[in-house]
Amino acid sequence: MAETTDTASAPRTGILEWFSGTIGRFLVSLFVPIVTFIVLWQGFIFLRDSDAPKLVIVLVAIVWGVGGVALLYVVTNWLVERMSPMWRDMLQPFVFVGPAIAILTWYLALPTVRTLWISLHNADSTQFVGLQNYVAVFTERQMFIAFRNNLLWILFGATLTVVLGLLIAILADRSRFETLAKSLIFMPMAISMVGAGVIWNFVYEVKGVNDPQIGLLNAIWVALGGQPQAWTALLQPWNNLFLIVILIWMQTGFAMVLFSAAIKGIPGEIIEAARVDGANEIQVFFRLIIPYIMGTIITVTTTVIIFTLKIFDVVWVMTGGQFGTHVIATQFYRQYFTNRNFGFGSAIAVVLLLAVIPVMIYNLKQFREREVF
Amino acid sequence: MNTSASLPGTGYALRKALSKTTLRTAVLIICFVWTLPSLGLFISSFRPENDIRASGWWTVLETPFEFTQWTLANYEKVITANGLGQTFINSLIVTIPATVIPITIAAFAAYAFAWMDFWGRDVFFALIVGLIVMPLQMALIPVLRLYTSSGLNGTFLGIWLAHTGFGLPLAVYLLYNFIAQLPRDLIEAAKVDGASHFQIFTGIVLRLSTPAVASFAVFQFLWVWNDLLVALVFLGTSPSASTMTARLSELVGSRGQDWHLLTSGAFLSMVVPLVVFFALQRYFVRGILAGSVKE
Repeated sequence: MAETTDTASAPRTGILEWFSGTIGRFLVSLFVPIVTFIVLWQGFIFLRDSDAPKLVIVLVAIVWGVGGVALLYVVTNWLVERMSPMWRDMLQPFVFVGPAIAILTWYLALPTVRTLWISLHNADSTQFVGLQNYVAVFTERQMFIAFRNNLLWILFGATLTVVLGLLIAILADRSRFETLAKSLIFMPMAISMVGAGVIWNFVYEVKGVNDPQIGLLNAIWVALGGQPQAWTALLQPWNNLFLIVILIWMQTGFAMVLFSAAIKGIPGEIIEAARVDGANEIQVFFRLIIPYIMGTIITVTTTVIIFTLKIFDVVWVMTGGQFGTHVIATQFYRQYFTNRNFGFGSAIAVVLLLAVIPVMIYNLKQFREREVF
Repeated sequence: MNTSASLPGTGYALRKALSKTTLRTAVLIICFVWTLPSLGLFISSFRPENDIRASGWWTVLETPFEFTQWTLANYEKVITANGLGQTFINSLIVTIPATVIPITIAAFAAYAFAWMDFWGRDVFFALIVGLIVMPLQMALIPVLRLYTSSGLNGTFLGIWLAHTGFGLPLAVYLLYNFIAQLPRDLIEAAKVDGASHFQIFTGIVLRLSTPAVASFAVFQFLWVWNDLLVALVFLGTSPSASTMTARLSELVGSRGQDWHLLTSGAFLSMVVPLVVFFALQRYFVRGILAGSVKE
């Protein structure tokens, strides 16, 4: 960058001298962005319409997407640095924050206002209906089931994740294969919920009474003398628990890692002193360790609650919301994309936002106190 | 440091020996239970279609070296006939720019918020942090309408920008926390030496921020790769454009009993995140700790 500026602005002979004049500077300033724009636009057209081999498209897409953004910063910054110091100091910050503010305005701020607006209108957004959609959200039976299920998710999912995470953190903390054990339990966190859904659908697979059971759970169940069960379909609303197990399976590793770090932060002398004073392990756990890591417990709990409030993929893959397993986020998707009821869908999104905000604010406050970075 | 919490007190020798065995067994059992579902998927993905249907996957453990019971046919079929190979490439096209673009934009913004003076700085920063609480469902519908009218719907550019928008508030916040803590003397000294903001940013700040950038990168990469909702809404489920997760979820719906396809497909979709996980576990943990507030 620095070299480019030097060549263009330093006085030289001939054409370069002319270029250093005001008109030349103006033309160059105009020329460079135009060329940049044309290059980027051609890349876009190529990506949209080309039938080139897939590998070429991949490379062009990545170079164009990643390089394009970098190029935009370099070029606009180059332009600004050619201006007089006063203008430069005033405009340069906006070269840096401008793109972030523009994207957030387009993708989050304005859409939020629009969603609020759409939620006050009818199914195809042609007529103002006031709060009618919100009344429907809180009175329709389908929505009632969704709210109840989200509550089940929070109650069982969050509680068991925290309890199991804490238990494993304490057990693994004292074992020789701590690292390996933690990796194994943490691993589900890295995979997609769709993948986890397939894994667990296979565990819950059910076959006829006389066929061999290929699902792990039914095989165990039948071996113990039970009848094969369709775990995620029957026994409503308790079938939801079999979906919640997946969340626990995925999130316990996260809880465990946080708890482990917190427990290792407890000064050894405190625990030592308590033991010398005759406290047994249970007392040490409840009277010392738990109060000491309370902040982390709250963080984990609120994080899992936010996560479960917005849960979508697991339910979508496992049951698609059938058998009374809909949650708020799947209802949102169904209302908007299946029923094409834009007003209702938007109202659900707003309700989801209202449910998340208080937990999120609490979580962020905790996060700031913990100072992860 | 890690042994301090488990220092035994005096006179605990017998109980210590006893509880060590119990502890070890308990940890082993938990690890076993945790791994079993994934193991079932992994083993089944290499078994012939008819075998999967006829017997449980654990039966192969009796004779693991009978090589006729293993096959790669499931992978071949799911990659070619069911189009998962294509969607693997799509996922890469979506994920790499959708990770790099938000980090670039967020790093520039974080630097400006931390080290530059401009009109409205505090207000803009507060607004950006406030947007962290926004569930992306709030934005999906209007953004989709915008895309439909501007022809961006179903394009990779469209989904990159969508992921950028949804990931940006958290990225700015995390990188700001890091960049603002860099020593002031360092920045001032560079300024005195005549370095421009752009040079300070690219030459000093970006290099020092590598750990924070890496942590967020790993987090965002896995988030985008594993995402279903955004991919479903903006790219759909057709094999030519969709990501792996969307296609896999479509397969679950349409071929729910074809376990030879589902198991191999699911495992394929996990390969990249698992490699990232094991290779960059340290950054991953920090990214998860920091980014856990995002859905």
